[in-house]
Amino acid sequence: MADPMKIRANVVGDSTEVKVLMSHEMETGQRKDAQGKVIPAWFIQNVRVVHNDKVVLAAQWGPSVAKNPFLSFKFKGGAKGDKIRITWVDNHNDTRTDEATIA
Amino acid sequence: MPGMIRRIVAASAVVCVFAGVVADVFAQSTADEIAKYRDALQDGNPAELWEARGEEMWKTPRGPKHVAFASCDLGQGAGVVKGAYAQLPRYFADAGRVMDLETRLVWCMVNQQGYTHADATKTVFGNGSAKRSDLEALAAYVTSRSQGVKMNVPLDEPHVHDMYALGEKMFYYRGGTHDFACATCHGDDGKRIRLQDLPNLTKVEGAQKAYTTWPAYRVSQGELRTFQWRLNDCFRQQRFPELVFGSDASIALTAYLAGRANGAEYRGPAIKR
Amino acid sequence: MQRRNIVRTASGALLIAATAGGVLYGCASAPADRADGQRAEAMLKSSFKAHGQATLDRLDQDETQRLCSEYAGRALPQPVAERIEKANLATIRFPADGKLVGDWKSGEKIAQSGRGFQYSDDPTKPAGANCYACHQLSPQELSYGTIGPSLYQFGKRRGFTDETRRYAWQKIYNAQAFNACSNMPRFGHRHILTDAQIRDVVALLVDPASPVNR
Repeated sequence: MADPMKIRANVVGDSTEVKVLMSHEMETGQRKDAQGKVIPAWFIQNVRVVHNDKVVLAAQWGPSVAKNPFLSFKFKGGAKGDKIRITWVDNHNDTRTDEATIA
Repeated sequence: MPGMIRRIVAASAVVCVFAGVVADVFAQSTADEIAKYRDALQDGNPAELWEARGEEMWKTPRGPKHVAFASCDLGQGAGVVKGAYAQLPRYFADAGRVMDLETRLVWCMVNQQGYTHADATKTVFGNGSAKRSDLEALAAYVTSRSQGVKMNVPLDEPHVHDMYALGEKMFYYRGGTHDFACATCHGDDGKRIRLQDLPNLTKVEGAQKAYTTWPAYRVSQGELRTFQWRLNDCFRQQRFPELVFGSDASIALTAYLAGRANGAEYRGPAIKR
Repeated sequence: MQRRNIVRTASGALLIAATAGGVLYGCASAPADRADGQRAEAMLKSSFKAHGQATLDRLDQDETQRLCSEYAGRALPQPVAERIEKANLATIRFPADGKLVGDWKSGEKIAQSGRGFQYSDDPTKPAGANCYACHQLSPQELSYGTIGPSLYQFGKRRGFTDETRRYAWQKIYNAQAFNACSNMPRFGHRHILTDAQIRDVVALLVDPASPVNR
């Protein structure tokens, strides 16, 4: 079971600024272990951010994103007290969803 | 994008002016780019993921005795975390020993939560999701609660004072196949190994800057590393045998460097290359 | 107040070392100082564990290491420096065939490699000299350290002479023969590099065709 994300969401002017840390290995599939065996690829493939049932960000990621990714973005709208919900799915079909309140 | 173009123009101007010392200019611009990279890392430090896991662990009853860290005294009273790291290492009468944070956490796990020493120290340094270290997460949580607090290691306490003096001796101890001491790399101003700047730990400012930024998330390893790890890996590179986790030498060196950092604001867990 | 105490403890320890090295000053040390030194040594032994090739005997100091530790952080008295340099000069061996200069290309590879003698290193593989960690050499390599001086144009500046070649060999073999308590490892004396490897690193420094001298 993956660790929770660390989410911060703040109203800045007429937008909401969201900063998310995700706990994930993001293994590229290019590296080898000490025995010379390829370490299989394991990375987040899809990220979705929902605000009031509306998708405000959808992303497809690849193996070039660093371990323990940090994602920062803004979307128009959002008010203090609103909820945002973030979901990631990796190439093992493991998934994690966390929610945060906009401050 | 215009910023990028400006930077390229500026860089080529520099090369034209100082054509005679091209290598130095390149080295300088490399150092500048590394500095920019470090700045870019400051936002979104994954150390927070360790802090969150450590906080959860701190508050949850655990071990064979099902006891939470609420009964663990880090020097400021049972369960008190705020500001505790800024006053470590210190002498603990119940253990009869000067301890740093990591050693004290192990002591609480063994004496209060009922772990064996072997279990409590099974994974002191983590390696990926398959081999995670509880101690690193706990250390991240505890240290984060000293952010902004001035370092104040109790050097006037005789036991701590004694360890500080031993730590100073250790710092200058040359040995191994290569004759290296801590001071070989950390005894002078403005030096670097390859392109990595080396803090001069014999100066108060150097010790303050270095000590107050551990633990740190190491981007190159994707791991949060504690000061025990920092010492352990320095000795590996010194070609010494392996420094034992929580050993007296490790605590003496920590007391020496933490004590020299006294007066500086604690700023960890930080993020480093 | 506490600072003064610390200085006293440290200099007390220094006193012991000078006596242990005895020949120099032959002064007596107080029992408390000796106890302090023994405690420091006991602490050291109990604080490390053997790991692969890095065994506990690496903590044992030879006389040079001991004196350099004790005088670290302050000026080395002239007689001590002379004694260290004399003892280290006596360790230097020249190759039996008299050949001091090898292949600079292989020397460059040795200068680049930081592997060897760490417990994480494979002891069956040849060690590197890691020159670039501390010195500038070939100008093409921008990632060089500054703990030691720049060696760019080493041969060109000193002249491509027998004297330069002999000096380079000796300096790599045992730098403390010329500069007591130098930070530089004693590559020949401590068997870090083989004679053949030293030859190649000498070539990197003194061969007119080496990028160091271009």
